[in-house]
Amino acid sequence: MLAVLEQRDGALRKVSHEVVTGARRLADALGGSVDALLLAAGGVKGADQLGRFGADKVITLTNAAFGMYAPEGYARVIAERAATGGYRAVVFAASATGKDLAPRVAARLGCALAQDVTDVGVEAGAVVVTRPVYAGKALLTLKLAGTPALVSLRPNVFTPVERPRAGVVESAAVDGSAGRVVVQRIRAADAGALDVAEAPIVVSGGRGLKEPANFKVLEELAAAFAGRAAVGASRAVVDAGWRPHADQVGQTGKTVSPTLYVAVGISGAIQHLAGMRTSKVIVAINKDKDAPIFKVADYGIVGDLFEVVPKLTEEIKKLHG
Amino acid sequence: MKIAVCIKRVPDSETRVKIAADGKSLDEAGVKFILNPYDEFAVEEALQRKEQAGSGEVVVIALGPAAAQETIRTALAMGADRGTLLQADRIPADGLAAATALAAELKGGGYDLILFGKMAIDDYNHQVGPMVAELLDLPCVTTVAHLEIEGGKGVAEREIEGGLEVVEFPLPAVLTTDKGLNEPRYPALKGIMAAKKKPLDVKPAALGAGRMEVVAMTPPPDRKEGKIVGEGGAAVAELVRLLREEAKVL
Ligand SMILES: Cc1cc2nc3c(=O)[nH]c(=O)nc-3n(C[C@H](O)[C@H](O)[C@H](O)COP(=O)(O)OP(=O)(O)OC[C@H]3O[C@@H](n4cnc5c(N)ncnc54)[C@H](O)[C@@H]3O)c2cc1C
Ligand SMILES: Nc1ncnc2c1ncn2[C@@H]1O[C@H](COP(=O)(O)O)[C@@H](O)[C@H]1O
Repeated sequence: MLAVLEQRDGALRKVSHEVVTGARRLADALGGSVDALLLAAGGVKGADQLGRFGADKVITLTNAAFGMYAPEGYARVIAERAATGGYRAVVFAASATGKDLAPRVAARLGCALAQDVTDVGVEAGAVVVTRPVYAGKALLTLKLAGTPALVSLRPNVFTPVERPRAGVVESAAVDGSAGRVVVQRIRAADAGALDVAEAPIVVSGGRGLKEPANFKVLEELAAAFAGRAAVGASRAVVDAGWRPHADQVGQTGKTVSPTLYVAVGISGAIQHLAGMRTSKVIVAINKDKDAPIFKVADYGIVGDLFEVVPKLTEEIKKLHG
Repeated sequence: MKIAVCIKRVPDSETRVKIAADGKSLDEAGVKFILNPYDEFAVEEALQRKEQAGSGEVVVIALGPAAAQETIRTALAMGADRGTLLQADRIPADGLAAATALAAELKGGGYDLILFGKMAIDDYNHQVGPMVAELLDLPCVTTVAHLEIEGGKGVAEREIEGGLEVVEFPLPAVLTTDKGLNEPRYPALKGIMAAKKKPLDVKPAALGAGRMEVVAMTPPPDRKEGKIVGEGGAAVAELVRLLREEAKVL
């Protein structure tokens, strides 16, 4: 297996552990090893830890232009590796980068790609994946013919597990241009803010918040989780300009799969559910006991969010205090 | 500006999904089909670019069943100049097969821009645009939420985790569009009338070999029956206990 990992500013991104974990699972089923691949401008912090999660080898390919994502350069180098390395599967993260990169590699190799999968396995020697379609209203099980099979893994679904392997670290320089498409820079959102698509806990607010300033209540709740939570939003409040589009959860926003999703003042429209129904545990706080969100929630509180949420914030603070 | 837009006919997002008797596909009985919402952004962007340039042509291409002619008419009613249907009974599950057919049609078309939606809201494949770009060896930026083009160069912004990526690229190029790029127009009555007379070519799709076999389509697993913990602030302590002891997420 070839596990294509991600770095930003020379540090490993969290999804990388999930990609190694998914690749390990396939390697165990098919009988094989996991090569973890990093493209970077230099050494990547954390690369030497990947053996813990099941990488047999960690290969860092360096190029002065690979510090930032370089779509064409990355695709070329990965496709070359995949074609010559005899891999049965190439595993990406279904992150913003992975979803852009994987189709390019697939087209270069002439191989099938399943994006944003929530499960991978092997049947009769073929890679079989499960992925949500129709806004999560159905699951498709697909068998990928030909090798390598390409998959990208939905973030937060493949919980990293410790599967110690050698994790031998190698590094080599690669030549060649980064390509015609150049990432000039990244305009960062608030420093340190977690992205909803990657946060282990998401606290989302909807029209029930009444006005933008009231999102403070949710920000305080998120803060109580001590750096593990991000604030999300329904489309209704994004369209109203209360929250940025980057925070929108749902069909036309982000797909999230956190350990804990707390929906506050959100009715639970089908397009919202599309973005969060694979969360591990869902909590709903809504004053309407018939709100559809309660149908997918594991735990619900019927009540006024302005009373319930501050109390919840206090309780969570106690846990972390 | 000569611009091509690839558009897909998809079930309306409100559709109640019923799985067909074969256990592998959607039962289409009673399903309303629409132009993929992300492709509306692509059509709108093409129309605005042509309008700004003062001349040019917007060509829409759909791969799908005969009924996808309606989808093409919708784009023509928005203002596109002509359409092509690459007819196929089924749209393949393998995105590369669809991309191969679309690329064959686009090749040599002399387009300055080829636009796609970032993804189709039925299969969520999220791949056809960049695959076509690779097959045609064109530069490509995906999930574009902001775009500036001047001379032969463009600058696009795309959302990534925790920020926006600012990306430069030369034309001709392939772009896939995200929400936020523009506000798609509704076809006016005049546009709908005009669309009926616009050229619409139909030819068989040259589908590449499929490398993906649908084993099954299943309903999503029912979430375990949830419980209402209680009402109001009084229920908070019990909720936190359950999250810790039962769900073990805190
Ligand atoms: C093509 C398409 C794509 C879409 N994509 C998305 C998407 O990506 N994401 C998305 O979210 N939506 C999406 N939508 C919109 C979706 O259909 C809903 O309109 C939207 O999710 C509703 O947002 P809401 O739940 O915040 O608002 P509402 O539906 O208005 O719900 C507000 C809720 O707040 C509760 N409430 C009010 N006051 C209080 C209080 N004091 N305490 C507790 N509860 C209170 C109410 O009981 C109600 O349930 C899409 C729609 C379409 C047609
Ligand atoms: N059958 C099709 N016909 C025309 N365009 C398509 C088709 N399938 C996908 N596309 C285009 O590719 C984009 C991404 O689709 P997908 O990769 O299937 O999620 C869509 O938004 C369309 O622009």
